[in-house]
Amino acid sequence: MERDLTARLSAAARASLRWEAGLGLLVIAIIIFGAVTSPQFLTSVNFFNTGVSSGEIAIMALPMTLIIISGEIDLSVASILGMSSALLGYLWARHWPMLAIFVMVALLGIVAGLINGLLVTRVGLPSLAVTIGTLALYRGVALILLGPNTISNFPAGYTNIGINPLPGTQIPYNVAIFVVLAVIFGIVLHFTATGRSIYAMGASPEAALFAGIRVKRVKTMLYVISGLVCALAGVLWTFRLATAVQNNGLGLELDVVAIVLLGGVSIFGGKGTLAGVVLAVIAFAALQNALLLTNFNQEATGIVIGALLLVSVFAPNAAALLHGLPRWARGRPRRAAPSP
Amino acid sequence: MRRTVRRALWAPVVLLSASALVAACSSSGGSSSASGSSSSGSSSSGALKKGLKVYVIPKNLGNPYFTLADSVKTGGALAALGTLGETGTETSGTAATPASQIPAIQAAITKGANALIVSATDPSALCPTLKSAMAKGITVVTYDSDAPSCRDIFINQASSQAIGESEVDLLAKEIHDSGEIGIVSAAASATNQNTWIGYMKQELKKYPKMKLVSTVYGNDDPTTATQVTQGLLQHYPNLKGIISPTTVGILAAAQVLDTSKYKGKVALTGLGTPVAMKKYVEDGTVQSFELWNPANLGYLAAYAAVNFASKKITGASGQTLSAGKLGSFTIGADHTILLGPPLVFTKSNINNYNSWGF
Repeated sequence: MERDLTARLSAAARASLRWEAGLGLLVIAIIIFGAVTSPQFLTSVNFFNTGVSSGEIAIMALPMTLIIISGEIDLSVASILGMSSALLGYLWARHWPMLAIFVMVALLGIVAGLINGLLVTRVGLPSLAVTIGTLALYRGVALILLGPNTISNFPAGYTNIGINPLPGTQIPYNVAIFVVLAVIFGIVLHFTATGRSIYAMGASPEAALFAGIRVKRVKTMLYVISGLVCALAGVLWTFRLATAVQNNGLGLELDVVAIVLLGGVSIFGGKGTLAGVVLAVIAFAALQNALLLTNFNQEATGIVIGALLLVSVFAPNAAALLHGLPRWARGRPRRAAPSP
Repeated sequence: MRRTVRRALWAPVVLLSASALVAACSSSGGSSSASGSSSSGSSSSGALKKGLKVYVIPKNLGNPYFTLADSVKTGGALAALGTLGETGTETSGTAATPASQIPAIQAAITKGANALIVSATDPSALCPTLKSAMAKGITVVTYDSDAPSCRDIFINQASSQAIGESEVDLLAKEIHDSGEIGIVSAAASATNQNTWIGYMKQELKKYPKMKLVSTVYGNDDPTTATQVTQGLLQHYPNLKGIISPTTVGILAAAQVLDTSKYKGKVALTGLGTPVAMKKYVEDGTVQSFELWNPANLGYLAAYAAVNFASKKITGASGQTLSAGKLGSFTIGADHTILLGPPLVFTKSNINNYNSWGF
């Protein structure tokens, strides 16, 4: 049985490789498209702008990758970002010292993730339902904390992360944080036993349980980490825009899920690599930026991104779908489905 | 298995770090195109520069008010820019939030803008970006909604005090100076909204029998504005009047009142566009509301931007700006230019403005 598990995971890794190759080509195609349509696309200033506007989404995509691979989902990420932003503004307006505020915001992220994790693992509710509920709940908390007010008098030392890169380079702070986190998450996912157990529980929760993997504990940890990372994203977002307001990050969870799925992570769990998600982050950010620079109709940018997402979900499942078509659509006798 | 995964991991990491390295080390090409505009030998009495790249960045796209203010057809900002021989482009996000507007501003700066004409979604969130634009020598003109101290000139549609006070006076006349009133605003962070609401609250002190019970926010989105108006009406059954100083909000509130039991019982006024509101004025849902000509606002903003970029004005108080078909304007305090007094629409004149189209 252990060999089957290993064989399954090898197949998952092999399938992801094909996807990443395609994704790599897509990234190159987008970069070429951007460079051809705008002379400013490949400048370091533009790189800074692109990074700055996608940094938080990219950061939130990292724990989302692990959660989706484990077979769950977390749609409350943007609301945790908004709630953290609201708490940051709320406490700052009451003259708390910034370090104490960071601690409180981190605690808030942990608690928010813990609620998600416990509801999913201990109570056994489907994660889609739970996180849609907490999406609304946490946004409501943000609204209670700040009301319709905006807090914007943060010290320039912090808000400068939105316009100043790391000294000596053109890399924005949130991109640097993303790179560090991506390496950490990548090592955990691909080179540790915990990472392998995440794949296992996504591929088959029962098999993982019987193999001795502590599914509930790992999943709860993933949600807690997601909450903490989203709280970090909330702090970065607030400082970058120099504004704490309750609707910060509204709707971003869809972008985050789109990027993770584009990265080759299967929505059914058990498949995907962090490298793929990193490539998808680059593709997403570069495409948005390239379209923006060509003055493409901003309202239609969503159509392009949405189409990309649909393709990324359809393409890996296309083969399975074709096998599953009824005889009258395929015209050939159905063969037994090959084991993955 | 490990080897294949490792290979998969290294390739994108190498790609990512290589491109980051290249981008970080390469000379920034974006700033060089903007620097061309700041070279000027012309004195303040010289001709206006031509061929400037001007980006008009309203709060959001798809908002009829800004389409009126910016488009060529209505004689707005882009029309003025065309007349002056500049290259005008309208761009923005679709949600009226700073997070949606800032990438458009940054893209404009990257593309070598010489001037930006911006209606600010938030007074402070845009400041770092606008200040860095000004540091690069880009002219920053705000219109409609200001980002104080982060722009060269602000074009105010009418005296904020006049707007706030006249809104309250219009409503007071309709509800006979007494009763509970509510405000349906746009975004909670919008500079112009909060300035006007501030003056409204001050003017309300003159009417001791009128009480402001609630301010709700429709975020310049028709659905949200409808929902918050319905909530307001349900929560305050004794509500006598609503002020909605936003064209999206007043339209939504009028629709709600027109199709509900509150029609005729709750008075409505605010800032609205004449063609869209005509139906509600004619059937009595709304007795009067006001606005200014948004196209003139955009037109004036364009002239101010080009004059500033051509160094004909510096924005100091007392200087004169010559704005084409609109005539001459004197710059007031804090680098602000006033378009003029607000225009009141009632049943008697509502049909004179069909040409506006909105």
